[in-house]
Amino acid sequence: MKVVINADACTGQGRCFGIAPELFDFDDLGNGVVKGDGKVTPELVEKARLAEANCPEHAISIEE
Amino acid sequence: MSHTKPLVEDFATDFDHADPQWVSDPYPIWEDLRTRCPVAHTNRYGGAWFPATHELVSRVAKDTENFTSRSVVMSNLRPTDEDLPAPIGIAPPITSDPPFHAIARRLVLPAFSPGVVNALEPQIRALCNRLLDDMGDAAVVNGGTQFAQYIPVGVIQQMLGFPLEDIEMFLQIVIDVLDSIDSSAEDRQATADKNRAYFEKQIQDHVDNPRDDFTSYLLNAEIAGTKLELDHVIGTMVLTLVAGIDTTWSAISSSLWHLAQNPDDLARLVNEPELMDVAVEEFLRFYAPVTMARLVAKDHDFNGCPMKKDDWVLLGFPAANRDPEVFEDADKFIIDRRENRHVAFGLGIHRCAGSNLARLELKVAIQEFIKRFPTFTLENPNEVTFSPGQVRGARNLPIRVK
Ligand code: HEM
Ligand code: SF4
Repeated sequence: MKVVINADACTGQGRCFGIAPELFDFDDLGNGVVKGDGKVTPELVEKARLAEANCPEHAISIEE
Repeated sequence: MSHTKPLVEDFATDFDHADPQWVSDPYPIWEDLRTRCPVAHTNRYGGAWFPATHELVSRVAKDTENFTSRSVVMSNLRPTDEDLPAPIGIAPPITSDPPFHAIARRLVLPAFSPGVVNALEPQIRALCNRLLDDMGDAAVVNGGTQFAQYIPVGVIQQMLGFPLEDIEMFLQIVIDVLDSIDSSAEDRQATADKNRAYFEKQIQDHVDNPRDDFTSYLLNAEIAGTKLELDHVIGTMVLTLVAGIDTTWSAISSSLWHLAQNPDDLARLVNEPELMDVAVEEFLRFYAPVTMARLVAKDHDFNGCPMKKDDWVLLGFPAANRDPEVFEDADKFIIDRRENRHVAFGLGIHRCAGSNLARLELKVAIQEFIKRFPTFTLENPNEVTFSPGQVRGARNLPIRVK
């Protein structure tokens, strides 16, 4: 399982790195970026799902 | 002015966001519109529309072809094409359209990035505690005029690097700018001139004594190798006042208003501090303070409505946040709501540049208030007032703390 950010849709609302700092970070402009390769370990599945469900821009997707 | 206007009888055909019913409790109005007429209209303000659903609000926010940000505050003074230097606008980037918008926004974003903003936390905490200390051991305090209002004012003043002893004067400038929206063109000009003189003085002080703050940052910033025009620098400063102060102040005061009336939520926040992050998002959803506006850029059909160039569109992010299509139990405040795709900070290219700062201020303000006063109640619910206009929040907020 992997998290992906669609950079064209992300406007830096900052929900993802607030909810799951293990999976997401921010760049100089405050836009969300995926940490490393975005692999979601089992203990982070719930947080990944919450990040996806809270992004107002629908910019996050979860790939199985 | 507004009190001589006829009261609204049907919000679907004659809405007015300055109507006393809308000001005191807009939520049932929006709910009614969603079920029978998702895009309301009014001939007031020279003609305006109000989409009440999340889907339609989102469509307007993301459509910068058919809607312009040349003016984002709906008033009787409708700007014409000649009035405003589109696509730059008077307060970039909030009043800018693409393509200039991206340039103006890119310029301010680094100053508001989470890294920069998070470093302000200790200062904000200290500011809150000074305000709480100043209340002494009074049994009744004012959560609005003694607390909420001073937090963003103090933070922006520090960010801009303006003298601490100017705080009352600075607050007056903010209030003048915000109030001037309703006043005559002459009064607005007089206010603008007075404030401009103050900003120029502070800018000169930063030219003479550069330091590490937002004013010096703007003075050094360049677009394509050229320093910003003075008007752009002042416009951006005014923007932080207009965009950053009564918005955050409203979010803080409405949250305290909620806690003063909901002892169970207050007890949960006191006893389960780890809830604070989700609670902050629910405060933002439920009491979203900011409604924006757009002007229709060209004649077009929107969801069956014949929109004409220069009609206003009131962009109700707070209404979108109560849409049951998107939020379960949308009209219930659920302090531990985990799934909350709220749009209090807008959507699309104009997403609030200050959202990281606003969140931090709101969180720290609530944390410090409830730490000092773990139980409190509304002193006299009838005395609570809410601001009229596009930024909604509790203003007079008497709270009994012991
Ligand atoms: C709870 C507090 C706040 C709320 C609810 C809020 C809400 C909003 C909203 C809805 C927009 C979108 C405007 C549009 O679509 O036309 C916006 C834009 C903006 N806000 Fe905030 N705001 C808050 C606090 C702040 C603070 C503290 C600052 C900075 C000091 C700030 C700076 C800005 C700026 C610069 C923009 C324009 C961004 C652009 O046009 O690209 N805001 N805000
Ligand atoms: S929550 Fe969405 S919009 Fe916000 S930074 Fe993350 S991906 Fe971007």
